[in-house]
Amino acid sequence: MSETYLEVLRSGINTTIQDKGRHHLYHIGITVSGAMDQSKFKISNALVSNDLNEGAIEFAYQGPCLKLVNGNINIAITGDINFKILRKNLAEEEGKCFKNYFLEDGDQIDIISTKKSVFGYFAVEGGFKTDKVWNSFSINTKARVGPNNGEKFSLGQKIYINKSNIEKFSQKEIDYKFLNEKIIRVIKGTNYNYFSVNALDNFFNEEYTISNLSDRMGMRLEGPKLENIINTNIKSEGLVKGVIQVPADGKPIILFSDHGTIGGYPKIAVVISADYDKVVQLPPGSKIKFKEVSLINAENYFKDHINNIEKYIREIK
Amino acid sequence: MIKNISNLGDAAIYCDFGQDVNEKINLNVVSYFNHLKELVKNNKVTGITNITPSYNKLIVSFDLKNTNYNEVKEIIENLQIKSDSHQNSKKIKIPICCDQEYALDLISLSNKLKISENEILEIHLSKEYFCYMNGFIAGMPFLGDIDKKIRVNRLETPRVRVPKGSVGITEQFCNIYTYESPGGWNIIGNTPKKIFNKLNFDNPLLISPGDKVSFYKITKKEYLNWYE
Repeated sequence: MSETYLEVLRSGINTTIQDKGRHHLYHIGITVSGAMDQSKFKISNALVSNDLNEGAIEFAYQGPCLKLVNGNINIAITGDINFKILRKNLAEEEGKCFKNYFLEDGDQIDIISTKKSVFGYFAVEGGFKTDKVWNSFSINTKARVGPNNGEKFSLGQKIYINKSNIEKFSQKEIDYKFLNEKIIRVIKGTNYNYFSVNALDNFFNEEYTISNLSDRMGMRLEGPKLENIINTNIKSEGLVKGVIQVPADGKPIILFSDHGTIGGYPKIAVVISADYDKVVQLPPGSKIKFKEVSLINAENYFKDHINNIEKYIREIK
Repeated sequence: MIKNISNLGDAAIYCDFGQDVNEKINLNVVSYFNHLKELVKNNKVTGITNITPSYNKLIVSFDLKNTNYNEVKEIIENLQIKSDSHQNSKKIKIPICCDQEYALDLISLSNKLKISENEILEIHLSKEYFCYMNGFIAGMPFLGDIDKKIRVNRLETPRVRVPKGSVGITEQFCNIYTYESPGGWNIIGNTPKKIFNKLNFDNPLLISPGDKVSFYKITKKEYLNWYE
């Protein structure tokens, strides 16, 4: 039998495969990568009965249009997404997120756009047929590392699928509640005291607007300038996702999953792990406010966050 | 030795070895790195996902699902560090073309430092540099120390795209951009040499911590015809 694949009829803006990410390589300059929004990523896999860390397609803003060739598959899309399923017999179905679909040879799925969010996930039962690179399916387009030669998917490509026949399709769906949260909780950064009282007052009380210069590496913010009273450079040192660094121009940058592993701008704060999936989903033009929390509270919020995802995953089973 | 341990967010530990940057402190950071890496490799500790050494800091990242700040802090505090050194240090020569189209910041550097463009390059080419660490995107080597006469800060606003192969300077350091990426260093030239080989999974780095690196100038023609 011929291999089952999805043909890319439109690639979308930034369509890649992602998983939980790539660890233990910061010291050679290979960053963590992985799905930006791990919650939606994991739920997409749960909806098609996959291991939660199986590689899924991640897209941003405009997603891909894909046509199934050979076989039949079980898929699910998560996020806040506009999409359609175009059946081979020309019937058109409005797609619903957090629900799985059965696709047959010749069916197309057109992921038109994200709504008030940035990233969405497309999982297929059995996963995509590709090899792990440095123990991960994640595509890092900046370092050109990962499947598909480290590149995003382009027009005409074939994305091969492991499982070419679904013997018994069982419908799964959950009612996922989006929290349109504009408050991002942070812990003080290691260079917190480099900033003037006025700068800290601005940082925690004024709104910051997400600029167009945002991608998988990071998010640049516009707002009141953050005045540095010690030094606008530090000796380059390790970074982690969620760090908020402030270059000499006084405009904060939040580092995301494809961030550089080393950097030399002062760190004013770090987004707590519980709020990371939230902040990555905010599109350019959104206004956010930062709120300081303690380490112990951040750890507890993370437990709540994980419990919440696990609750959704249990609902699916 | 570690002077202070604190948290960097809720899923990383920040080990501070002080403010000074020199080979001795860097070797100490690397000793901690090697010991921790060994523990992770032999599954003696759980939850640590990354260890990042730099000039005088060590950052240990962990998965908050499996461990937390207090647990990892205790592991670091109980490490028994013996003296360590960089093994198999190599000498590496890097070709660099400094024509205007590659040396993006040479003119502004010359204005800022009040030193001629040629003199900046001569000063830079005359020294051998120590590799402190690798990082940023795909193994960028952080080299030092550059001559006091040509030290400057990072760009006020980092560039959105720095070309692959760019050689940049800031403060007492010099680096090489292994891929096109954002960045804030002052670019004085570009090398055609492959610094990071992603197909070599065991050792993708041309330049590793402890190696000694020097630069030599090539013409644009040599740059364009570079073959390895």
